Amino acid sequence: MSLIRLEKRAAPSRTLAALTPVMAVIATMIAGGIMFAILGANPLEAIRTIFWDPLFDPQFGPYSRPQLLVKAAPLILIATGLALGFKAGIWNIGAEGQYIMGAVVGAGAGLAFYPSESPLIFPFMVLAGGFGGWAWAMIPAILKTRFGTNEILVSLMLVYVAENILASVSSGLLRNPEGMGFPGSRNLARDYPAASNTEIIANTGMHWGVVAALIAVIFAYVLMTRHKMGFAIRLAGEAPRAARFAGVSPSRLIIFCLGTAGALAGLAGLFEVSGPAGQISIDFNSGYGFTAIIVAFLGRLHPIGILLAGLLMALTYIGGELAQLMLGMPAAAIQLFQGMLLFFLLAMDVFANYRIRIGTPEVAT
Amino acid sequence: MSTPYLALEGLTKAYPGVVANDNVSFQIMPGEVHALLGENGAGKSTLVKMIYGLVKPDRGAMRVNGATYEPANPHAARGSGVAMVFQHFSLFDALDVAENIALGMDNPPRMRALAARIREVSEAYGLPLDPSRRVGDLSAGERQRVEIVRCLLQNPKLLIMDEPTSVLTPQEVQILFETLRKLSSEGTAILYISHKLEEIRTLCDRATVLRLGKVVGAANPREKSARELAEMMVGTVLHTPSRDTTAPGEVLLTVNDLTLPAASQFGTTLKGVSLELRAGEVLGIAGVAGNGQDELLGALSGERLSAANAVTLSGKPIGRLGPNARRRLGLLAAPEERLGHAAAPEMSLTENALLTGDIREKLTRNGFVGWSKARAFAKKIIEGFDVRTPGTETAAGALSGGNLQKFVIGREILQRPTVLVVNQPTWGVDASAAAAIRQALLDLAAEGAGLIVISQDLDELMEISDRFSALNEGRLARAVPAKGLTVDEIGLMMGGAHDMHEAHAEDSPRTAQEVPA
Amino acid sequence: MDFGSINPILLIASLMVASTPILLAALGEMVVEKAGVLNLGVEGMMITGAVVGFAIGVNTGSSWAGFAVAALAGAALSMIFAIITQVLLSNQVATGLGLTLFGLGLSSLIGKPYVGMKAPGFAKLHIPGLSEIPFVGPVLFRHDPMVYVSILIVAGVWYLLTFTRAGLILRAVGENHNAAHALGYKVKTVRFAAIAFGGAMAGLGGAYVSLVRVPQWVEGMTAGAGWIALAIVVFASWRPWRILLGAYLFGGITVLQLNLQAAGSSIPVEYLSMSPYVITILVLVIISIRGNHGAPGSLGRVFHASH
Repeated sequence: MSLIRLEKRAAPSRTLAALTPVMAVIATMIAGGIMFAILGANPLEAIRTIFWDPLFDPQFGPYSRPQLLVKAAPLILIATGLALGFKAGIWNIGAEGQYIMGAVVGAGAGLAFYPSESPLIFPFMVLAGGFGGWAWAMIPAILKTRFGTNEILVSLMLVYVAENILASVSSGLLRNPEGMGFPGSRNLARDYPAASNTEIIANTGMHWGVVAALIAVIFAYVLMTRHKMGFAIRLAGEAPRAARFAGVSPSRLIIFCLGTAGALAGLAGLFEVSGPAGQISIDFNSGYGFTAIIVAFLGRLHPIGILLAGLLMALTYIGGELAQLMLGMPAAAIQLFQGMLLFFLLAMDVFANYRIRIGTPEVAT
Repeated sequence: MSTPYLALEGLTKAYPGVVANDNVSFQIMPGEVHALLGENGAGKSTLVKMIYGLVKPDRGAMRVNGATYEPANPHAARGSGVAMVFQHFSLFDALDVAENIALGMDNPPRMRALAARIREVSEAYGLPLDPSRRVGDLSAGERQRVEIVRCLLQNPKLLIMDEPTSVLTPQEVQILFETLRKLSSEGTAILYISHKLEEIRTLCDRATVLRLGKVVGAANPREKSARELAEMMVGTVLHTPSRDTTAPGEVLLTVNDLTLPAASQFGTTLKGVSLELRAGEVLGIAGVAGNGQDELLGALSGERLSAANAVTLSGKPIGRLGPNARRRLGLLAAPEERLGHAAAPEMSLTENALLTGDIREKLTRNGFVGWSKARAFAKKIIEGFDVRTPGTETAAGALSGGNLQKFVIGREILQRPTVLVVNQPTWGVDASAAAAIRQALLDLAAEGAGLIVISQDLDELMEISDRFSALNEGRLARAVPAKGLTVDEIGLMMGGAHDMHEAHAEDSPRTAQEVPA
Repeated sequence: MDFGSINPILLIASLMVASTPILLAALGEMVVEKAGVLNLGVEGMMITGAVVGFAIGVNTGSSWAGFAVAALAGAALSMIFAIITQVLLSNQVATGLGLTLFGLGLSSLIGKPYVGMKAPGFAKLHIPGLSEIPFVGPVLFRHDPMVYVSILIVAGVWYLLTFTRAGLILRAVGENHNAAHALGYKVKTVRFAAIAFGGAMAGLGGAYVSLVRVPQWVEGMTAGAGWIALAIVVFASWRPWRILLGAYLFGGITVLQLNLQAAGSSIPVEYLSMSPYVITILVLVIISIRGNHGAPGSLGRVFHASH
């Protein structure tokens, strides 16, 4: 008998479930500090540069604070959708592809009307972007419901397909005819006001994507706590047989979860390409679709948690860039840092799901 | 023969919150068939796990042939001559018989030699087996044979059998008993764990009775009546459910030549199942596990769809309707597996009340859940069915088996079903909860509902059924009045001795005598 | 477009080279899954193997040393996964994804100084006699040693799983971990070993990409090969020789589309590049229509021995 034993709790501890992300962040800071030290940086300075300076440094703060919302919005939008599926045991890990396709379809819809000045252009693009992501997610959804094909592998394969489509359209179909042959579309943010996702309040980073992210969080919160569909999602994730017994149709759930996640990822792509990125180009996407997976878990698959986790993750992006600039830290270090965060979080889940017992219990006679 | 083969001295094992075994002592002589008798939760399985090296005692000692015996793991236990036939969990469906047996041996011979040995030993003990068949394709009785042969190949001195007959038809039980008697006559001690009193009285030389982890008595079971043994085991005088017999009313539910392919690789196909259920009647369906019970429940609850006319409720075709549509019409069900099928273990009782109560109790409006209504419904179940729980927000998985089962059955009964289908309503439930559940089912029938009770417990079925039928390999026998049925007749309805033609089934007395001891 | 420029001998020969990384990784993952564990971190372990193998190869001048250390690196990385999923009982899907994200970050961090360098080179082994046979010789018997090693490993894994007791125990653990535990087998030990093997094989596969196939270090160079390896395990119904078949089929598609690109096919480059992924999806669909036979019974489930 080992000295330390795990004992399954009848139900996960809610307090600890809420605490584990905090503990994981602390553990990651410690491990990250060690990593930074190995890379030759002062660990405390590195941590401060990543987590403190972007918000409070008098020199960088004014520039980087708005960036926080700009970076958090797509992460929150995508993660909110992914979390619905993850809760139900539906593993859509191809959000990056849905994000790209949302951007391509949405931008394409706008560019088709260039140089229209109609105020309907942008709303139309939003719809088209959501549709693009939704349609891309419907491929694994339909293959899963019709044939039982593994959605993990299909959705992931479709990321590579989407990247190739992106490469193709940015040098073909959507290429800027006035771009002197360079790949990349017209700049929507700069040269096409009707299609531009502008800042709603100047210098805050608050654009339409941020609004959409907040709406998505509220929508998901209400869905999960108050609506039958949310109950069905949780039930399917915890006890699939019980869900079927309760009359939940697995197919409808798959279509709903993948579809919602795809649409939200598509919206994120559209808001990104028409605002911060500005144009369709071969590398406009910056891996938000994958980072959002970490955000979803860090937020405990809970909408409010995701909101906070998205902001935190956005901070590590901005802080990482700052650390790159100030300390010469490699860009990959921050990616590693995010990976560590997910590991620590998953590892610490054990405390919420199991009791840790040390030694063999004494007999109570 | 004065040294016992196995002696237990003051074995104690505690888990947080419960003392599973408290100062347990008894002895097993070579060649003795020793019964370990006790209710669910009395500590029988913890005790045998200690003997088999899966769990270490906190205190106490064991001796084998007088020498200290402290098995660190099952390998060590097998090395000392202890072998065990498990009730669940020790076969590998996708592997073949020989591979399964090799896994249970410490130094198995090469596969070809092993296959020959399997044939030889299994024939000698009247349990023929084909070593190359895939275990997932075998019947429950054959699967048990794999386990027994696996033990026999190692010439055990003590064979532990954990509830071996729960998966057998009465005829198969007779064959098993022949085998066990033969082993015992060869000097192998047998520790026979069961709560089935008649079996123990037929087979065993001595019985040790456990209650709440303690030895509460020892007896020669042949000298005690089943009732006396039962009262030792339960500790109180048992109450037999009572009912007022009513004349059966109009036909509520019919199943018409229902054929459904198996949903999973090792599932059972339902073949031409037909039945008719009238108001106020209890139809008992017996059968060994894995003969289509789950599938039949699924086809009735709406989890599996069929041709529209294959299932009708009050004359209406409902074969194409899903679970909630059927609930709306009054057809409710309670599946066998409490954790994960009838209830979601990590969800609260309120959420579990919503799980099936949504439609008939109107717990949602326009898709939005009325949580206070759901909580009130959960509370009503808890109070109405004496569910012991701190409250409605407790996770279902935290309840004991009996309490959760009362909750599950209560949840359906309180929704006033027209027809209720239950599978194994008292499986793994302590005697008092079982009696309460049976009484509740009978009361429901007395109020005019039709009940289908699927169970592997024949005593239970005989106690509460008006008519009786049995599932065998996906086929349902024609239902007959339960009164006056003999065990032999029931056994034949359940399929007699499955695939045991080569064994000593047909003429067991002769074969048993012919095999040299 | 000039089909004449495609040399069938070279095409088939390069097929074997293109297939080897996926073959190695898929074989490792198959063993892991046979033990009942789903490790979605193959891509992360491959890319780490690629960068570590390349770095060691460049620094020591020996590709063999690169392969050895890449295998160790893959195994080491897989141990993170093993500890989190087997000891701390986390969700295997999420942890595997985390491993991939982590490995991608780690590799680009390690690889920074090596961008643009040249691999040390890995001599081809012309098998005497056999390599002189017309057509068959150049196609089958003039490869670098790793190609032969990978096929030997297929045979070894097949033999181990089918005929040995260790293989039987591994399959038993993957099939039903509760039963294996009840019989006294150490489920976690077996799984740790399988996961380490899977990690080592993914590391080898990754190193083959950077040391032989490309041969240089480019960030993200495995480009989904780890995911394709996962798909091939499903395609192969968890059987070693079918893994070989699946990997070679996939390698064939890759090589063919590259040749078509080089030959100036009228199909746009992007559509050719996406074809391996599209075909993988199609294959997955066909497999699932047929039914996923052979999936180990305990695959992906958390094992926790209660009492």
